[in-house]
Amino acid sequence: MTTFLIRGARIVDGDPTDLIIRDGVIAETGPNLTGGPGAEVIDADGLVALPGLVDLHTHLREPGREDAETVESGSRAAALGGYTAVCAMANTSPVADTAGVVEQVWRLGRTAGLVDVQPIGAVTVGLGGEQLAELGAMADSAAQVRIFSDDGHCVADPRLMRRALEYVRAFDGVIAQHAEEPRLTDGAQMHEGITSARLGLPGWPAVAEEAIIARDVLLAEHVGARLHVCHVSTAGSVEILRWAKARGIAVTAEVTPHHLLLTDTRADGYDPVFKVNPPLRTGADVDALQAALVDGVIDVVATDHAPHAVQDKECEWPYARPGMLGLETALSVVWLAVGHRLGWDGVAERLSRAPARIAGLTEHGHDPAPGRAATFTLVDPAARWTVDPAGLASRSRNTPYAGLDLPVRVVATFLRGEPTVVDGKAVR
Amino acid sequence: MAYPAADSPDPIDAVSGKTIISSADLARIVDRIAHQILEKTDGARDTMLLGIPTRGVPLARRLASRIRSFESVEVPVGALDVTLYRDDLRLRGARAVGPTDLPRGGVDARRVILVDDVLFSGRTIRAALDALADLGRPRIVQLAVLVDRGHRELPIRADYVGKNIPTSVDESVRVLLAETDGIDEIRITGKEPS
Amino acid sequence: MTPPLKLKHLLSAGDLNRDEATLVLDTATEMAATAGREVKKLPTLRGRTVVNLFYEDSTRTRISFEAAAKRLSADVINFSAKGSSVSKGESLKDTALTLQAMGADAVVIRHSASGAPHRLAHWIDGTVINAGDGTHEHPTQALLDAYTIRSRHGRIEGLKVAIVGDVLHSRVARSNVALLHTLGAHVTLVAPPTLLPVGAVAWPVDLGFDLDAVLPTADVVMMLRVQRERMTDSFFPSEREYARRYGLDADRVRSLPSHAIVMHPGPMNRGMEIAPEVADSARSTIVEQVANGVSVRMAVLYLMLGGSR
Repeated sequence: MTTFLIRGARIVDGDPTDLIIRDGVIAETGPNLTGGPGAEVIDADGLVALPGLVDLHTHLREPGREDAETVESGSRAAALGGYTAVCAMANTSPVADTAGVVEQVWRLGRTAGLVDVQPIGAVTVGLGGEQLAELGAMADSAAQVRIFSDDGHCVADPRLMRRALEYVRAFDGVIAQHAEEPRLTDGAQMHEGITSARLGLPGWPAVAEEAIIARDVLLAEHVGARLHVCHVSTAGSVEILRWAKARGIAVTAEVTPHHLLLTDTRADGYDPVFKVNPPLRTGADVDALQAALVDGVIDVVATDHAPHAVQDKECEWPYARPGMLGLETALSVVWLAVGHRLGWDGVAERLSRAPARIAGLTEHGHDPAPGRAATFTLVDPAARWTVDPAGLASRSRNTPYAGLDLPVRVVATFLRGEPTVVDGKAVR
Repeated sequence: MAYPAADSPDPIDAVSGKTIISSADLARIVDRIAHQILEKTDGARDTMLLGIPTRGVPLARRLASRIRSFESVEVPVGALDVTLYRDDLRLRGARAVGPTDLPRGGVDARRVILVDDVLFSGRTIRAALDALADLGRPRIVQLAVLVDRGHRELPIRADYVGKNIPTSVDESVRVLLAETDGIDEIRITGKEPS
Repeated sequence: MTPPLKLKHLLSAGDLNRDEATLVLDTATEMAATAGREVKKLPTLRGRTVVNLFYEDSTRTRISFEAAAKRLSADVINFSAKGSSVSKGESLKDTALTLQAMGADAVVIRHSASGAPHRLAHWIDGTVINAGDGTHEHPTQALLDAYTIRSRHGRIEGLKVAIVGDVLHSRVARSNVALLHTLGAHVTLVAPPTLLPVGAVAWPVDLGFDLDAVLPTADVVMMLRVQRERMTDSFFPSEREYARRYGLDADRVRSLPSHAIVMHPGPMNRGMEIAPEVADSARSTIVEQVANGVSVRMAVLYLMLGGSR
C-alpha cells in the first residue's frame, strides 16, 4: 500500500496541516511532516479534508436496471462526489427482500471497491406493503442490513408499519419511511399548488407526506422504536419533526440536495428531468428545509440518487419516471444552498458523521485524525465547475443541473488508505 | 366603413420624401380617370369598382363619387383583399387580412374595374385576378391606378392610369389620401443607405 | 415589415396578447366570409404540409383542423392513434423525428398527456399547434369560443362569463380563463369545491359554488362537460345531485338575462350538465361553435404558417 503525504490541508475547519496516510490509517497529522522514501506527495494547499461522505439513500439499480446504473458505475459516481459509503435502496428487480439479494448487492460493491456499499433491505415482500420481509435474515446476512425501507412506496398500512417498527428493535434496525399516503397521490405528477393548476398536471399535496410523518412519529413513540424519514420535502413536515424531537421521539430525517435548491416552477416547459418523488415544492418549502438542515431538525443530506434511462426521461411528463441523479453534485449543491450558514463543520456533520451514526457504519463519519481509518475526501472550496450530463460517471444523464456553474470540487477521495479518486478523476 | 390602419413599411413622416403631386393635382387626376372610365365603358353600365385595400378602397369611392357627379350614374363600390393570394407570403411575415366586400349580385357577368393606388411589379394585380377567379366569372376585368411607376415583373398593364412616374427600383412612391393618412399627396422617397 | 403574429408555436392561450388574439379573431372573420363562396379554397398555404397528430380520438377537432388546412390548400397528413405505429408504442420522440424527416411545416397535436406539445416543440423545427393536451389547454377552442361570443354580443370586453362544471379536469376552462381575461371579459368559475383546482385562487377569476347566484347577471354561460366517471372518484355523490346543483335546466335558463347565450365545447352529456331543450334553444351557440371552429383554425394556420420562418 502506498504511503501518502498530504500537505497543507485544513481538516474540516481547522488550520492547514499535513497528514500521513500509511497502511490504511492516518498515521500522523501536524506541521511540516515528512513521508519518507516512496511516499506520494499530494499538495493540498487551500483544500479541505472532510470525513468521507455517507449517503443514506441511493438507487444503484442493480440487479434489474443495469441500463440505467450498476453498482460499479454508481460507486464511481459516489466516489467522485466525495462519498466513501452509500446505502443502496431495495427497489431493485428482484427486490432486495431476502438475504440472497442483499448479499449479491454487497458483493458487487466489494468487487467494485470504490465505496462501501451498504444494502438496505425491503420492509415488505416485493415492496407490496402487505407482508413483512425476512428482516432478521437480512440483518444476519453478510450484508448486515440495519436500515429497512420500501422506498419508492410508502408503508401505508399503519398496522404493518407498527409491526415493522417494533420488529427491527431486536437487532437495532431502523425503518426508513417514504412518506406518501398513496390514496392522496393517485395519478399525481407534481406538487399540488399554483403551478400544477396552471400546467394542468394532477397534484401531490404536501399533506400526503405530512400525514404519514405525523402518524409514524406517534407510532415510533408508542412502541419505543427508531424512525428515519426519507427525503423530507415540505415546511409542514419540518414542523412535525421539530415537535416530535422536542418530545424526545427517536426520529431522524433526511433532505435531498435538489429539495434545498429547486422549486416547482421548474416544471414549466414540462421537462421530465425535473420530475421527482416527492416533487419539487414552493420557495417557502425550500426556505424551511434549508433552515431545518442548518438548525439540525433535519439531521442529514441524502441524495436519493435515482438514475433513469433516456427513454424514461425523454418523453411526455406523465409517462416519465420520477427521479434525479445526485451523487456527483451533492456536495456542490449543498454548499451553494446553505454552505455559508453550515460551514465545513456543519457539512461534515450533515453529510458524513450523522449519516454514518444512523446507518451504524462505524468505520465512516470520523474526522481525519491519527489512528482513524484513512477514509476521507479532499475538496477545493475555491474551484467551480459546470455540470455536463455527458461528463458524469453515472450511466444515466438525468441531472437537473445541466449547464449550471457550481462551487466546490472534489479533488481526491480515499477509502481506508486507498485512493478512489485522484485529481478529480476516478482511479478505475 | 372604417378603413384599416395604413399598411406601409415605413412610418409616414411629414418631412420625408419629395412631394411630386399636390392635393389639387391629385383631385384633377382622379377626375380625369373618372372621365376616362365613363368614356371607355360607354357610361359605366353594368360596372363595379373593386378597390384593393388599403388605399384602393377610398380611391374607388372617390371615382364612384366623381362619376355620379359627372353623369348621375351609380357605380357600385366594393373591396377585394388579395393578401391570401399573394405569391410573396413566404418572403415576409403573415400579414393581417383586409376586408373583402362585394356589391350585391357578385361579379358574375359584370365589368369589374380593379382600383389600386400604385402599380409596380404587377404581383398584387395578379393576386387580385386569382382572388376574383375564386369569386365568380366577370365578363371583363379592367384596372385603374393612380400611379404607374414602371418595373413590371409580370405581363400586367393598367387600362386607366392617373400618372406615369418613372422611378428607380430602390425608390418608393407613396400615395397619401385624406381618408387614411389625413392629407392628399403623392411623394417619392429615396431608399436610405443601410 | 414585422409579422403581426410573432409566435412560433401555439401551445397555450396565454401565449397570445390582446392584439394578437384580436388579430386572430379579425382574420377568422375574413376566413368565415370565404365559407359562403362557391370556391371555398384559398391558395394561401399551397405547398405547406400540415400533420394532424391525434393520440386521442377526436373526430370533431381533427376534421375541423383538416378542413381548415385544406381550405387554405395545404397538404394534410393524418396520424391517428388507432392502427398506426403511434398506438404500437412508438415514443413521441421517434414520431417527432419521423415528422421532421417528412418536412412537416406544422404539427397539430392532440394528446392525453399535459405538456406533450411542449416536448414535441423541442424535437421538431416546424410549428406546433396544441389541439388539446391532457388537462392543460386547448387554445383554438378558446379562440373559437371568443369568436362566437364576439359575433353574438358584438364585443368581449366587460362581458360577464360564467364557466360551469369540472374545471379541475378541463383544458377548455384553462384556455378560456386565460384568453377571456386577455380580452377583457370578467370570468366566474362555478363548480362543486372538489372540481376546482387548489391553485385557481391565483387565477384572474371569481370562484363560486352556487350556480343560481351567478346566472341573473351572466352575459355568457359556458357549460363544461362532466364525466360520469368522476362519480366513482367521489368528486360528487351522484349524477342526480350534480344535475340538480350544477345542471343548466330550463328553469335556470329562465333566470338568465334575455340576451345571454349558452355555450358548450361538446360533446354534451344531455341531461347531466345541460338539459336537451336548452342545448337546442336559440340561445345556444353549440352548433355555430363548430362552424366557427373551422374559420378560427384557418386564421391560426394562416397567421402561423402563411409567412416566412
